[in-house]
Amino acid sequence: MDSLIAARNLVKTYPGVRAVDGISFAVAPGRCFGLLGPNGAGKTTTLEMLEGIQPPTAGEVLYRGRPLDRAYREVIGIQFQATALQDFQTVAESLAMFAALYPRTASREELIRLCNLDDLLDRDTRQLSGGQRQRLLLAIALVNDPELVFLDEPTTGLDPQARRNFWGLIETVRGRGTTVLLTTHYMEEAEHLCDEIAIVDHGRIIAQGSPAHLVRAHFPATVVRLPEAAWPAAAPLPDGALRHDGEIKLFAADVPDLLGDLARVGADLRELRVASPNLEDLFLKLTGHDLRA
Amino acid sequence: MWRRILAIFVARNREFYRDRAGLGWNIFMPILMVLSFAFIFSGEPQAPFKVGVLTADGTLPTPRTGPLALEHIQFIPVTDLAAALAKVDRHQLDLLWDPTPAPGAYWVNRESPQGYLAERLLVGAATGGTRAVGLTAPALDKAAPAGKGPGSALAPDPGADPGPERGPEPEQELKAGGMIGPSPAPGPTLAPPRRHERSGTALRYADWVLPGILAMNIMFSSLWGVGWVIVRYRKNGVLRRLKATPLSPFEFLTAQILSRLVVVMSASLIVYGGAALILDFPMRGSHVALALIYLAGALCLISLGLIVSARLRTEELADGILNLISWPLLLLSGVWFSMEGTSAAARFFSQLSPLTHLVDGARAIMIDGAQTADILPQLFLLTALALIFLAIAARLFRWE
Repeated sequence: MDSLIAARNLVKTYPGVRAVDGISFAVAPGRCFGLLGPNGAGKTTTLEMLEGIQPPTAGEVLYRGRPLDRAYREVIGIQFQATALQDFQTVAESLAMFAALYPRTASREELIRLCNLDDLLDRDTRQLSGGQRQRLLLAIALVNDPELVFLDEPTTGLDPQARRNFWGLIETVRGRGTTVLLTTHYMEEAEHLCDEIAIVDHGRIIAQGSPAHLVRAHFPATVVRLPEAAWPAAAPLPDGALRHDGEIKLFAADVPDLLGDLARVGADLRELRVASPNLEDLFLKLTGHDLRA
Repeated sequence: MWRRILAIFVARNREFYRDRAGLGWNIFMPILMVLSFAFIFSGEPQAPFKVGVLTADGTLPTPRTGPLALEHIQFIPVTDLAAALAKVDRHQLDLLWDPTPAPGAYWVNRESPQGYLAERLLVGAATGGTRAVGLTAPALDKAAPAGKGPGSALAPDPGADPGPERGPEPEQELKAGGMIGPSPAPGPTLAPPRRHERSGTALRYADWVLPGILAMNIMFSSLWGVGWVIVRYRKNGVLRRLKATPLSPFEFLTAQILSRLVVVMSASLIVYGGAALILDFPMRGSHVALALIYLAGALCLISLGLIVSARLRTEELADGILNLISWPLLLLSGVWFSMEGTSAAARFFSQLSPLTHLVDGARAIMIDGAQTADILPQLFLLTALALIFLAIAARLFRWE
C-alpha cells in the first residue's frame, strides 16, 4: 500500500545541536504510527517537520508522494504539546473560530459528541481541567475533518483515568479512517494505540515495527525479575541480563531451565517474578538508559 | 479570505471586550487625565505679571498708589531679600521692587521676557505716567524696531493685524490725549509705537492639551494593543496554533489592525464624549476631519506596533522597546508643551514623529477651526508613513 506521509532522511540542526539526525519512515493511510522516546530525543522536532511547521535542515517530507504545499494545511489536524488558546473565549467560540479558518469542516455536533464537550460549550477555555482541555484541543485538531492528525504527547500530564478516556477518543478517531501520527514517552500508550512504532533516541530511529513484533524480535518469550540483593555478589550475571532500578532482569525462552540455573548459582528465589517483556525493557536494552530519564 | 479575517477579528474584539480591567483602563484613564488637568488649571486665570514687593512686615502698603495701582500685576509682599532674589533668578517672580527709600530700587532678570515687560510698566508708573511712558527716545527706538503691536507675534489670526504704515489716527489719538511722554533730551522726534487692540478669550491649557491627550491615548493603545498582544500570542503558542491552519500572515495582521482600529476609535469617541460632558472645550473645525486625522494617526501607530511585534518572543523586551519608542514620541510631539521656542534639534526630531503631525492636525481642527482640506498635508503624511510601516511589518513578520 502507498504511504500517506513519508519522512525521507530528515535532519534538523540548531546551533551546536543535531536534534534530528536522519530519520526516515512512512505511514500508510488509516494507520496509527507512534514515535516513542524520552524527552529530548527529537520526537517533537521530527513531528513538526512532518507538520510543515518547521523546515528540515536536510531531507524531505512527502504527502501522497508529493512535497508539502499550502493545501496541506487544509487536510491535516495538529494537537501541539503546549498550546495556549486565545483568552476570554468559550469552548464553543474557540471551535467556531477555528472552523471559520478552514474551507471544509467536520460536523460541529459530531465533533462535540466525539470529544465529550457537550457540558463545556459555554465554559471559558482557561477554566478547563487538563483532560477537558486536551479534548478541546483534539476537537480543534479535528475541526477540518483531516485525513491525517498529529498528536504531540497528547496525554502527558493527565491522570490515569483521563489518559484511558483519551485513548478511547483516539481509537474512535482511528475507527473513522483518520491516519494518526503521535509522539509519546509512555510505552503503554504506544502499545495500546499504535500499529507501528519507531523508537527514537538522540535524533535517530533505533528500532521500528509493531510493538509486539519489536519485543518478540529482541527478547525470548519471558522475563524473570529478581531483587538485586537476591543475587549472590560473587556470581557473574549471565549474558543478556539487565541490571536496572534495583532489579535484575533475566530473559529466557525456557523458564524451568532458567530456574535451574538460578538455583545452581544460589540466588534467593523468594521474591522472583515472571512476566512478559515490554517496550520499556526493550528501550533499556537498546539504549542502556531509562525511557523516562 | 474575509471569513478568516472576520473570525480572527471577532475573537480579538471579544478578548478585548471581556478583559474588563483592560477595557476600563483604556477608557477611564484618559478621562481621568483630562479631569485632573481641568482641576489643576481651573480657577481664576493667573495675573500676567508677578512682582515681588519688599516690605518690612509682609503686607502691601495701603492705599495702593503709584505702581501698586497698576492692574493685571500680581503684587506679592516679600520680606526676605535673598529668597526673593532667588525667585527672580528662576523666573518665579518677574521683578522684585523695593519702594523705599525713594526713588526705590528694583531687580529684574535680563533673560526673562516677562521681566522686561514688567520693568517697562513699573518704571513708567513710577515716573508718573499711566500709558506709554518711561521710555527714552533711543530706548523706544530699540524697543519697537518693527513697529508691531504687542501680542501679534503669537496671535492665532494674523489677518486682523493691520500694517504699521496705515492710518494717521493713532498719532492723533496720542496727541489728543497729550501723552507723548517726556522727552528728556532734544533730538529727532520719533513716532510713538502704535497701539493695536486685541480681543478674544484666552485658551486654557486644558483646551490646548485635550487633542494631545486623545492622541497620546491612541498611541499607547495602538502600540501596546498590537505590539504587546502579538508578542504574547507568539510566546504562549497562539500564533503557532494559527500557523498550523490555512490562515495567512496577511489575513492575521489585517484582522489585528482592524480590531485595534475599532477599539482605538471607539475608546477615543467615548473619551471625547466624556470630555465634552465635563469640560467646555472648543471644537471649531470639522468633525469629519477630526475623525480622519485620528484614524490616520491610529493606523500609523498600529503599524509601528506591528513592526515591533514582528519578531520578538518575550513580552518584557517588547514592553521595553515600546517604552523606548513611545516616551520620546510623547516628549517630542508637543503633547504636553509646545515645541515653539525649543532648540532646532528638538524641533527637527519633532517633525520626524508621527505623533507630532497627529497632534498638530487635531489642534488645527479643534482650536483653529481647520477643515479636511486644511489638514491634507498631515493626513497624507500619516497615511504614507502607515503604508511604509505596514510594508516593513509584513516583511518582517514571523509566526514564531
